[in-house]
Amino acid sequence: MRSPAPIRAAFGQALAEAWAGGAGALLPIGFFAGAAMLVPFTVGSEANQLAAIGTGVLWVALALASLVSMERLFQADLEDGTLELWAQEACPLFLIATAKIFAHWTVSGLPLVLLTPLIGITLQLPADQLLPAMLAYGLGGLAFFSWGGVAGALAASVPRGGLLIALLALPLFVPTAIFGALAAEPGAVGPNILFLAASTLFALAVAPFAASAALRLAVD
Amino acid sequence: MISIFANPHRFMKLSRWLAPACLVAGILLIAWSLWQALWVVPQDDYQGGDIMRAMFIHVPSAWLAMGSYMGLAVASFVWFIWRHELADMAAKSIAPIGAGYTAMCLATGAIWGKPTWGTWWLWDDARMMSVLLMFFLFLGYMALRAAMDTRQKAARAGAILAMVGAVNVPLIKFSVDIWASIHQSASVIRMDGPAMPAIYLTPLLIGALGHLIFFAALTLTLMRAEVWQRRGDVIMARKLAGG
Amino acid sequence: MTGGLLIEADGLGAVRGERILFSGLHLSLRPGEALVLRGPNGSGKSTLLRMLAGLSQPATGEVKSSGAHHWLGHRDGIKPHETPRQHLTHWARVWGSTLSPEGIAKSMGLERPMDVPGRLLSAGQRRRTALGRLLLVERPIWLLDEPFNALDAEGRDLLASLIAAQLELGGGVIAALHGDVPFGASREVVL
Repeated sequence: MRSPAPIRAAFGQALAEAWAGGAGALLPIGFFAGAAMLVPFTVGSEANQLAAIGTGVLWVALALASLVSMERLFQADLEDGTLELWAQEACPLFLIATAKIFAHWTVSGLPLVLLTPLIGITLQLPADQLLPAMLAYGLGGLAFFSWGGVAGALAASVPRGGLLIALLALPLFVPTAIFGALAAEPGAVGPNILFLAASTLFALAVAPFAASAALRLAVD
Repeated sequence: MISIFANPHRFMKLSRWLAPACLVAGILLIAWSLWQALWVVPQDDYQGGDIMRAMFIHVPSAWLAMGSYMGLAVASFVWFIWRHELADMAAKSIAPIGAGYTAMCLATGAIWGKPTWGTWWLWDDARMMSVLLMFFLFLGYMALRAAMDTRQKAARAGAILAMVGAVNVPLIKFSVDIWASIHQSASVIRMDGPAMPAIYLTPLLIGALGHLIFFAALTLTLMRAEVWQRRGDVIMARKLAGG
Repeated sequence: MTGGLLIEADGLGAVRGERILFSGLHLSLRPGEALVLRGPNGSGKSTLLRMLAGLSQPATGEVKSSGAHHWLGHRDGIKPHETPRQHLTHWARVWGSTLSPEGIAKSMGLERPMDVPGRLLSAGQRRRTALGRLLLVERPIWLLDEPFNALDAEGRDLLASLIAAQLELGGGVIAALHGDVPFGASREVVL
């Protein structure tokens, strides 16, 4: 690879596309907040109860919200022909896939992380733990988006592939969900945040190659 | 003429007698172990009485569930590197059988769990959780293959997913173990493998062998069906082409 | 590359499902040559072109090429939110081109819709924008799938002159075509 220009361009294009979609970037946020809002209605408003499950609720909502817009991430590129062009670039496709996943995370993953303290407070989580826990949500979100990107690339050529993407990605979310929930638990210390970071690094190392193999299949 | 359709000739010749032979041998061994399990083996009080006889199906199906995912991953890898059509047929055939054994493992586990743990399902048993996740991996694999429009695409997509799943299995297992070790409250049935009395161990191992051979018979049969289907498709395609 | 060939394909075979589209196909492209792929619908013209572009894996045989290529597929590769200006700027950035999008747009007759997003462009305007991509950087090989589709008479003349210029520069063109050939084709490959 001679210059990072293609990667920057792919990142910029993905950002522009997400914002140009109007509510596209807001959709996961709405889903995230809406899913969390349902919880007090279903389990009751008792502060102790909410505080006990709040962390877990945020993780489940984060995992599901990260899948909401995954269907369009690569499918749109496939439909308008952009993917064909990327697949013929001298720049390796896995770098393009990484740039796109990262752009997608920036637009619709990062806002979720920034929103966690707000929703956490409403779920009666201890306020002083919420900011440190954002690190865990950020790391976990990256892993969710990476595996979700693999699933999205695999299902890129499948019409209405959203449910398929969820079925493919959710088992891969398990390690992140486990370590993430342990690391974000109020008062929890120990190696869990390191385990979470390690599983995110693993996702970042494996997912781009799998996604690019899947994208080559999608354009074939 | 492209030779990729000619590949499986030797396989068909071999599997023609191997598949039924395995089927008979597998059923005989399973039947023997079930007879031992249900009528011969003494009741074991400290592991839940009669219900522990479920072990003779539960444990072999757990082993086969794990083994079949490994088989799926290896077949996918072989196909991805060497593009050997039989490897893809094996992967395609293993998936539903593996899913079946995984479901059987979960079902017998739940039946066994009800009298022993007092509940059908215990989330904090790491092995049950790993098997459950494996079940979802199989489901996803089959759903993805079914969603692809050509056989070649199904093979490629399936291989990518199976390999992604395979590299994730150790991490999933590790995380589930850690999680179970934190949440564990109930006492979990422990299988002290070598220390188990021979009267249990022999039927168990023979039963596992029987299930393995039975598994092979089913896989070979499905692969044969796949070969026949492809031959049929080739004939159809030739007819459509006006040949 | 032997004998200064731009593209050399040997023993290519394509399979869709169980259907053999073509097999044992040989094809070569020399500098200054325009090759036209012909054949009825479903005969594998697009598939062959995609194999030459490296998008599809051949079932048998291999493709050797001695230079970079431009690709123009059925789909123009223009995002719904992208204006022709943004599109050309984007790919100029990716390919390190110093040409101005305005200049290219002018030669493609795109001055008026220059800032109209892709979803509002007509099919012909989108196609002209995609053709503008071919001018961003010089590449020896052009692979064009039904490039005259959606173009009006003026657009067809424009593309024919672009192809002529590409051949004059010593480049090569392979195009899958359906109707008549509005440019000087050197050879035809019938599938």
